[in-house]
Amino acid sequence: MSTELLLQIRECVVKGDQAAALLLVQQALESGLEPMQIIDEGLTPAMNVVGDKFSCGEYFIPHLVMAARAMQSAMKVIEPELKKRHQAFEGAGTAVIGTVHGDIHEIGKSLVGVMLSANGFEVHDLGVNVPVEAFVAKVQETGAGLVGLSSLLTTTMVVQRKVIQALEGAGLRDRVKVMVGGAPVKQGWADEIGADGYAEDATSAVELAKRLAGKG
Amino acid sequence: MRPKLQILDDHVVSKVIDEGFQLLLDPGVRVHNQDALGLLAEAGAEVDFDSQIARIPEWIARQALESAPGEFHLYDLNGSPAVRYGGDTVQFDPGSAAISVLDSHSQRQRPPITADFVRFVKLVEMLPQLDAQSTAMICADVVEEIGDLYRLYLALNYMRKPIVTGAFRKDTWWTMKEMLVAVAGGEEALAEKPIAVFDVCPSPPLLWSDLTCQNMIDCARVGIPSELVSMPLAGATAPVTLAAAVVQHTAECLSGVTICQLARSGAPIVWGGSPAVFDMRHGTTPMGAVGTWMIDCAYVQVGKSLGLPTHAYLGMSDSKIVDAQAGLESSGGTIMAALAGVNMVSGAGMLDFESCQSFEKLVIDAEIIGMARRLIQGIEVRDDPIALTLIRTLGHRADYLAMPHTVEWFQREFYIPSSVVDRGSLDAWEKAGATSALDRARARGAELLDQYEPRPVSDKLAAELRKIATHAARDFGMDELPPLPEG
Repeated sequence: MSTELLLQIRECVVKGDQAAALLLVQQALESGLEPMQIIDEGLTPAMNVVGDKFSCGEYFIPHLVMAARAMQSAMKVIEPELKKRHQAFEGAGTAVIGTVHGDIHEIGKSLVGVMLSANGFEVHDLGVNVPVEAFVAKVQETGAGLVGLSSLLTTTMVVQRKVIQALEGAGLRDRVKVMVGGAPVKQGWADEIGADGYAEDATSAVELAKRLAGKG
Repeated sequence: MRPKLQILDDHVVSKVIDEGFQLLLDPGVRVHNQDALGLLAEAGAEVDFDSQIARIPEWIARQALESAPGEFHLYDLNGSPAVRYGGDTVQFDPGSAAISVLDSHSQRQRPPITADFVRFVKLVEMLPQLDAQSTAMICADVVEEIGDLYRLYLALNYMRKPIVTGAFRKDTWWTMKEMLVAVAGGEEALAEKPIAVFDVCPSPPLLWSDLTCQNMIDCARVGIPSELVSMPLAGATAPVTLAAAVVQHTAECLSGVTICQLARSGAPIVWGGSPAVFDMRHGTTPMGAVGTWMIDCAYVQVGKSLGLPTHAYLGMSDSKIVDAQAGLESSGGTIMAALAGVNMVSGAGMLDFESCQSFEKLVIDAEIIGMARRLIQGIEVRDDPIALTLIRTLGHRADYLAMPHTVEWFQREFYIPSSVVDRGSLDAWEKAGATSALDRARARGAELLDQYEPRPVSDKLAAELRKIATHAARDFGMDELPPLPEG
């Protein structure tokens, strides 16, 4: 029965069926399955399947987004149960991402967010036109080990440097890795402003994030 | 008969426009600009100043459509009309604001500098297929804050053709205006005979950022034409269905025309855009996708039905080098643009989505443009009867080369390409070094640049332009601008 339920959860996440995934995870918890088992044998393998399907070209970005949403909604039910048991899900890491102040380009940044969640990161997406201080505050609040700064304009790239300086000012720079991206951003710029890495697209952002988080 | 592309049924055009009007009311348009919110509220729109959302009733937008001119011209620097925005006139300018240039020698991307952009402006002057200049590259050898105005400064020193440009900030727009006024010889002269049009870009979905909205309002008040560049990204920042993306484009442009006309009734404005279908594998914005071209042609049809001049970013490629993909994508988009009757087609030279300019691609694209122009001249009946007399004169002899009729017509009937297009024999091609189109484009580019004649800019004007640009640069901590390249 429980194996059957876990298989169904896996299938729903792979299909990106948010409502069904949520329902089945609730059922699984009610039937007495351990939350960690649901993650390890249901959600994680599902996301691995999704990743494989994307890599081989069968899945496209919308499939990835739907699957990530299904997993996230499942996690919302699971997390309180984990807390009750004083357990914590050891994901790939926690990331704070956003498009820097003065810049309202959303899609590239959001895509990185989706890809990171799909790869097991806990992602706090601050949106666009994010004030420098908001990055610092969110890192403090979540204890994130990774910050992703997006900028699509040559005029707002300079704000990426300001965020790094602010993290230094707040004494947080040692415990976070900073990655930068966006159309005008190149490796040279990342080096110049003292970022830990640069990624040219969402797929390489995941590779970079894994490497920076020491899981790649 | 001129061949034309009608991509939407008339009843679909009506429905798209109707839904566009409805979106202006619900959910309304986000306007992050106090000036525009004030104008909209005063005109009778329901404005929430906290959420910065304006709900615009159809009648206000309809009034704006009434007062927006259906036609206007851009002038060259000799004061002659050079570009006609309106009707089905089709004209071309290079893709704009590239953040990299494809190095002519290495054919790899690098940041553009002053010398690159000046060379590009000269090449555009020399290519007859291009009707206007654009501020095509963002130079990396000046501070970022003057990236927009510096391009215009350089172009104004070398160009004769009018220019498609745009500002990246609210304050730099004024510097750019000051330079245009200096060249035109006064604000009134500039309004009477505009030499530039400013791109103004709403952000999908349904948002006017402070910067671009202010640019549009300032243009309207001074009488400089502006060009709406609405860019729904189907499947990401707009609905995935092509028709629905066109509806979003319609609503964004209707709101733009409305704000513009409220700023000044009768201000020239262009119905334009740079939409794309989202690439579902790579998360990119392909300009070479057939779906992208279809959205473009559809919104152009909508704009025409509303009686407005039109613009589109078409004729670009997502390839990273000047290769077969670049040729196939640029040809498709250019030919569709010509058939759709787009007044200003921006894109020549552009690679890598909208981020890299190439000299060689520009030269090749000029040939595509030449062919597209020929195509829309259509097949005309030159003689009556069409052929009877001609064919009966020679009977069964294949001697048309010696017929005066041939000499009279061949240059008008055929488009004759430059040496970029190889139509020689295999032997001739091998003897000439077995070159590729890229090699030949490089050679032709060099040839054209050799023939460029400097525009006589008076010392006084040159000094004034430099003073304006240097003043702006100093505001951002750059004491001196790079020297202007010779000639």
